[in-house]
Amino acid sequence: MKIRHKGPAPYLFLSPYLILTTIFFVVPFVNAIMLAFYETNGPRSRAFVGFDNFRFLLHDTNFHAALWNTTIFAVVSVCVQLPLAMALALLLNGGGSRLRGIFRLIFFSPNLVGQVLVGILFSVLFTPRYGLITRGFQAFLHWGIEARWLTDPALIMPAIVLASLWLWVGFNMVYFLAALQTVDKSLEEAARIDGASAWQVFWHVTLPSMRHVVVFVVIMTVIGSYQLFELPLTLLSESYGYGAKNAGLTLITYLNYNGFRSGDLGLGSAVGWVIALIIFTISLIQIRVARLTED
Amino acid sequence: MNGFHYALIALVLIWVVLRVRDRERARKFARWALIGAGALLVLAPFAWIVPAVFKTGDAFNDYVFFPPLSKWSDTMSLANFRKLSEGRPSLRGQVYFWEYFLNSTVIATVTTTLQIFFSSLAGYALAKFEFRGKALLMLFMLGSMMIPPVLLLAPLYKMVVDLGLVDSLAGVIVPIMVSTYGAFLFRQACVSVPNEMLDAARLDGCSEIGIYFRVVMPLVRPMAAAFCLVAFLTNWNAFFMPNVFLHSEDNLTVPVVLNLLLGVYRQKQGIFLAGTALAMIPPAVLFFFLQKEFISGLTSGAVKG
Repeated sequence: MKIRHKGPAPYLFLSPYLILTTIFFVVPFVNAIMLAFYETNGPRSRAFVGFDNFRFLLHDTNFHAALWNTTIFAVVSVCVQLPLAMALALLLNGGGSRLRGIFRLIFFSPNLVGQVLVGILFSVLFTPRYGLITRGFQAFLHWGIEARWLTDPALIMPAIVLASLWLWVGFNMVYFLAALQTVDKSLEEAARIDGASAWQVFWHVTLPSMRHVVVFVVIMTVIGSYQLFELPLTLLSESYGYGAKNAGLTLITYLNYNGFRSGDLGLGSAVGWVIALIIFTISLIQIRVARLTED
Repeated sequence: MNGFHYALIALVLIWVVLRVRDRERARKFARWALIGAGALLVLAPFAWIVPAVFKTGDAFNDYVFFPPLSKWSDTMSLANFRKLSEGRPSLRGQVYFWEYFLNSTVIATVTTTLQIFFSSLAGYALAKFEFRGKALLMLFMLGSMMIPPVLLLAPLYKMVVDLGLVDSLAGVIVPIMVSTYGAFLFRQACVSVPNEMLDAARLDGCSEIGIYFRVVMPLVRPMAAAFCLVAFLTNWNAFFMPNVFLHSEDNLTVPVVLNLLLGVYRQKQGIFLAGTALAMIPPAVLFFFLQKEFISGLTSGAVKG
């Protein structure tokens, strides 16, 4: 039961939100729509160029590389990071609650460190011959002591993915773990008694009953992946985030240099639109697919 | 073959023996072995950076973690921190590292406080009042969360320039004073505040704003704590906006400066790692105090919604 309250109270409570959102969200949003059709030189001068910014992007090989890299990163994030997070959550879900709390804290702890700091930290961990990661690979696999993770085009994306796994697996695990604890235990038990294997129970009972959280986490991961920027920027600081042969170039890195550094905010806006459209489309598809599987 | 491989073989052997005798115990053992291995991987970089920031010269590469205690006088010192605290030169004289720290602290605390205040006000109104246009507003809020913030950055930058706030701490605070995500979280929390309590307060003659401060806010404190941590983490680690909006050396924030130091001290990793380690401390302290509320607050929106 909500209170149908007469008087200005709700509007007063909402007014700071409404005013600030209008000024700092709605107005820039409308501006961003228009700015994409202008060529600008710094914040002051601009000239209308129609679809030229988008046409430029269509033919710019750097932009293609950025789009490709970012998409690969998003796909790998969903296909590697989320299953790992789910596996960890399943492992922890069975354990005692006291230990679970401690390990949940441990796995979450990298999130206290922002992307910039993770990039800096890992840029040293990946040092050939002396870095913790190169030494670790050598100790376990007898490979990799000389691996140039941050300068070899073939290894740059794997390096970014490794660092991102360290950062985000625990974050997503927290969500999955919380969802697992709301799953009805009697349903799983019933399936087990009917002779379903552990995998079948997970796939046909556990996963469907936490569908909402899974969809939420997948969408958040895709949105986050398409905005990847600080991590490669500091990880690949020697090449300003581009990486050898543009192997580490992401859409936002591209936007940063071609929009803000060069002063062409119009082109920057056009890139922003492409990112927004991609995110929007993928989110819609995911929500649609989630609805379809519900029936 | 080395120690790691022997340890791995030993673990597998223990598992096989357990499995023959008692499947349930073998499962338990495997579960905790896997969790333990994962935890070691997660903690390794933290365990590594602690000695790394004190090691100087060749010791940085000579030892993976701590050098032997007998050699500490030659290999371990505060030199990295001393060099870091010297800061960077600017047109207005030397800017010390603590000044960047102060900038970051001001930006993160002011922004977080404002976000909590404005977002909780909006969240309370959305949860406990009926008013015209509410459904439309909720739809708008949901949609706005799908827009990547970078899209707005270019026009926002232009706006901040026009307002004369470019290259000032206020310039990176003002545009993000409210958080739609925060408003949603607070709405979620306020819904569970009993209406009877609000009515009782009204009957006692409490004003609407008084109810918000004296009744609602104390009840949604767990959510406020959770959002406080999320917001502080985001604002403390923020890079893109401060990097674009701030220019003068004495206005820069810690992440922005660390990114610059990377280029300056390429061969002396100890120095920027020392800064990185220092930058991890404030969020860690806050997390230590708020962790319980944090996990429940963070996930409640997703799990319930």
